[in-house]
Amino acid sequence: MSLSSIPSDWIFGLAGGLLIGLSAAILLLGNARILGASGILGSIVEGSEPDAATERLWFLGALIGVPGIAVLIFGASETNVSGDLPLLVLAGVLVGLGTRLANGCTSGHGVCGMSRFSWRSIVSTLVYLAAGFVVMFVARHILGVL
Amino acid sequence: MRNLVSAISGGLFGLGLLISGMTDTAKVQGWLDLFGQWDPTLAFVLGGAILPMLLAWRIAARRKVSAAGDAFPALPEPLIDGRLLTGSILFGAGWALAGFCPGPAIASVTWGGLGGVVFLIAMIGGMLLSTAVGKRRLAAA
Repeated sequence: MSLSSIPSDWIFGLAGGLLIGLSAAILLLGNARILGASGILGSIVEGSEPDAATERLWFLGALIGVPGIAVLIFGASETNVSGDLPLLVLAGVLVGLGTRLANGCTSGHGVCGMSRFSWRSIVSTLVYLAAGFVVMFVARHILGVL
Repeated sequence: MRNLVSAISGGLFGLGLLISGMTDTAKVQGWLDLFGQWDPTLAFVLGGAILPMLLAWRIAARRKVSAAGDAFPALPEPLIDGRLLTGSILFGAGWALAGFCPGPAIASVTWGGLGGVVFLIAMIGGMLLSTAVGKRRLAAA
């Protein structure tokens, strides 16, 4: 298998993944914080942990600003987000509620928790992946709505 | 200094999400479509993200405190309760329906159009709902 036969999406996926891991490592070793997107946003909107609010706002500002500027410079990136607004409302509420109940999402449990072999994170990741596979199968292949 | 570290981390996180394809909901839904046209890209994203963190946790175990002088977060008790399982199921369901998890939904809000904004607002609503659920449980206990 030659290098050029590897799909470029996989290479971009790996490169972007390494950047995600690097960003989490910087936050851990620099500030002793776990990079969890749902926890960082959730604690801000809920007003919990006010002592950490300022640094979390800096994190969120850069999280929105830096890729936003990159897209402005290098051209549009497609999110392919659904045009079905009621579906997006339902999905958004499920993601917001679910990640706060589970105390983590793809970044907090999937990346930071699994890499330290936390049982809670391994179980959570396996369960949300399984739920995602099942809901995708039902919605796309049985109901035909996605 | 803590704010600068946070901003550098947030910016790199956003770039990583953009480059990896995590902000493309069609790609994420392709990963979750295990029984259809399965797209394995996210395995490379997750694998790539875990590698630096494996190293970081080893460094953390040796150094005891962060550069800012704080103790590292303790490993949580391995408590697998209904809250963890229910939350994970709800999250997985919403992730499949929209193709967004929290990080990419935040990162792409400036170019994701109306749908991206609607998802983000609904997600914040869901987060606030979780505190209401928590309070009711406390009141009941």
